[in-house]
Amino acid sequence: MKGIISYGAYIPYYRLQRKKIGEFLGSSVLGGEKAVAGYDEDSVSMGIEAARDCLKGIETDDLDAIFFATTSSPYKEKASAPIIGTALALKENIKSLEVSSSIRSGTSSIMLANPDEKTLIISSDCRTGGTGGQNEQVFGDGAACLLIGSGKNVIASIVEQTSFQKDVLTQWRGSDEDVTQNWEERLGQTVFQKQIEDDVIPFIKQHDIDVSALKKVIISGPGARTHSLCAKALSLEKQQIQDPLIDQVGAAGSAHASMMLISALQDAKPGDRIMVISFAEGLDLILFEVTEAIENLPERKGIRDHLNNKSNDISYSDYLKWRNLLKTEPARRPEKDRPSAPAVYRGHSQNIGLIGSKCRECGTPQFPKQRICVRCQAKDQMDDYRFVNQPAKITTYTLDYLSASPASPVLAAIIDFEGGGRILSEVTDCDPAKVEIGMEVEMTFRRLYTASGISNYFWKARPKWKKEVL
Amino acid sequence: MSSNGIMDKVAVIGMGCTKFGEHWDKSVDDLLVDAAYQAFDDAGIEPTDIDAAWLGTMVSGYAGITLSGPLKTKYIPVTRVENMCATGSEAFRNACYAVASGAYDIVLAIGVEKLKDSGFSGLNSPKPPSDGTTPNISAPASFAFLAPAYFNKYGLSSDQGREVLSKIAWKNHYNGSLNSKAQYRSEVSMERITNSPMVASPLGIMDCSGVADGAAAAIIVRTEDAHKYRKDPMYVKALSIAAGPGDGILLQDFDFTSIKETVMASKEAYRQAGIKDPRKEISMAEVHDCFTPTELVIYEDLGFSKRGEGWKDVLEGTFELKGELPINPDGGLKSFGHPIGASGLRMLYEMYLQFQNKAGDRQIKNPKLGLTHNLGGTPMQCVSFVAIVGKELS
Repeated sequence: MKGIISYGAYIPYYRLQRKKIGEFLGSSVLGGEKAVAGYDEDSVSMGIEAARDCLKGIETDDLDAIFFATTSSPYKEKASAPIIGTALALKENIKSLEVSSSIRSGTSSIMLANPDEKTLIISSDCRTGGTGGQNEQVFGDGAACLLIGSGKNVIASIVEQTSFQKDVLTQWRGSDEDVTQNWEERLGQTVFQKQIEDDVIPFIKQHDIDVSALKKVIISGPGARTHSLCAKALSLEKQQIQDPLIDQVGAAGSAHASMMLISALQDAKPGDRIMVISFAEGLDLILFEVTEAIENLPERKGIRDHLNNKSNDISYSDYLKWRNLLKTEPARRPEKDRPSAPAVYRGHSQNIGLIGSKCRECGTPQFPKQRICVRCQAKDQMDDYRFVNQPAKITTYTLDYLSASPASPVLAAIIDFEGGGRILSEVTDCDPAKVEIGMEVEMTFRRLYTASGISNYFWKARPKWKKEVL
Repeated sequence: MSSNGIMDKVAVIGMGCTKFGEHWDKSVDDLLVDAAYQAFDDAGIEPTDIDAAWLGTMVSGYAGITLSGPLKTKYIPVTRVENMCATGSEAFRNACYAVASGAYDIVLAIGVEKLKDSGFSGLNSPKPPSDGTTPNISAPASFAFLAPAYFNKYGLSSDQGREVLSKIAWKNHYNGSLNSKAQYRSEVSMERITNSPMVASPLGIMDCSGVADGAAAAIIVRTEDAHKYRKDPMYVKALSIAAGPGDGILLQDFDFTSIKETVMASKEAYRQAGIKDPRKEISMAEVHDCFTPTELVIYEDLGFSKRGEGWKDVLEGTFELKGELPINPDGGLKSFGHPIGASGLRMLYEMYLQFQNKAGDRQIKNPKLGLTHNLGGTPMQCVSFVAIVGKELS
């Protein structure tokens, strides 16, 4: 039976305390915090990190397809799947689909994945609300990844699924606009409530679903009152309603429903039934039943660990700068040139896959790829060598106040990999006060910069994820 | 594999050097004319006596016409060379070899850079098209990597390390205060250096050489011809430059407490000049103090200090003007700033003045052998140049 084989999530490290927005605006704001993608992150980089969490311990050679669902694609025209595939070391002979515009695209992708294939569904969003508006407070950034397929490894099988298309202008972002706009919230709530009555309740009755026996109901929809209205309409108990993560993350667009689902799966036991209702210009409904296989799922970060691994040390002005919403004085340094497309093409597997070379003669790993071995001078005796998951540590470092960056000063370090090889890298998501020689780091996929509309991706180091400090 | 030195085969018979600093009112052409004509006058030659010229510049012009245009040389060969921050030294090295080969009798080596016209902070150079994945870190950041690695390896606390770095900057500024051609001509207190605003931790602004405009020039002939021009020429004992294969950025063996290119270049120069104990035999040195930890590591790489003990020599004043082995007696890059193409020749200019007893308040007593060291690139991968020059024939 088709279902979820594995899951993974990503929540960016920085959390903006909403009260800081209020202090700036001088007005009352929502409580809690929102997850804010770093200046070096976007929907692609976050999606890749969620997929890395999902694919832990998974053999990837038999994956058939990648779906990438987002409303904040780095490009209106140009695929991201080849970047995602190379970063995850997937084979090149794989199908892909990039789904955009609809907030429901994450859940729709789950329904549309071929039951006879293994499909990696990445949903990721980094949406911008207008400065000073409600969306700015409510929106948060994050990514979810689900591996969908069939067989004995399915941890949550799909029992029922359905979808309804019903147009309504509750929330939209025009193709030449940067920020999302809304109609007054009452409209969305009313329409959503009506759809519960017209579509959801008849479906539940028709398929004999015992709502009171549902462990969790995931409701992803517009507005703060959606949950209570839906819960009331379905006669749900409070503990059945999955936490919408608004206080800790915010509404993460096309990733939101899947992130809530992953959160529910992290607490689920075999036999639990979980229903997802994802509302946006219609709705998607999926009913899952958790299987025994969930007991064997290896440990991962998921939503729970990501919620705890964070820094609140970000100001509202940092957020505005990172999203290009604050005009600041340019550094007295030259403008960044766009990367050379032929050089990017030649360096694709090396840079996106963090693949260097290892000398067959003397065994020395080196990055970037070399033809002549730096140690033994053997010519063209190199095998590809992937550094991504190698343990690594900082050999020396500096805080660079001079180079131009949206997050100055830049923490730059020499990173040495266990087994050999080193790179000069920026260390991201790190408190400079805690850096020292010998500090353990791991590699994370990031967007280095954009120039001429081109997003240039590479890897950076970040402090090694330590479970014990959480 | 062998390199044959040209010890005592060529000599410098004239030199010129502009004041280094913010030349808002001078162009590249003006600086070249000023430095070249100072050198011509000093050598007592006419501009038309020159058979060939080497121009060193990194970002201030392309090709030999950058020099032949302003000087109006008459169709003689002019070669523009570039070897990053060692560009000026490289112009000198190639000019010396051309004379030693017998191809030319009298040549000009000149270096120029006009950095202040860009309006940018720090040094910026045009980059070839690339995939853009190399981290865009500043020059001070590249060299700042040396400091924590050095402190950590030799057990210096950050305060001790800070004192050592400050002392190096303090020494160079003191020397520069005695030099009318320096960009910065004030003594700077240890306190001000130590508390200067951060540029690339642990380096503050006072750990960094300045950004300046300037030019310097030398006239080179074969030794047998030198005395036709002057009684006190400066003899070239050794020239070496080592270009690194990138060990520092590829291999973990490199631990950021030494720059291998400098070690190799100095070994080769000592071999050419027959020097066994550089600390004793060398009277003075001008080294590439782009940032304070660079100078600290250079002491050890050149063999002036034992490994891990350069910092002790700093605290003992070994390299001060009145110390055992004065280093950067003219004030170094720290006081002069670093107009790339000019710096290597500016270092040689100080050796030349010292040998001729013309260094005024900075005069070192009876120097016999001087060393200049110029480095282009980063500690991870660079070109490193060492010259040894002398007052007398060996």
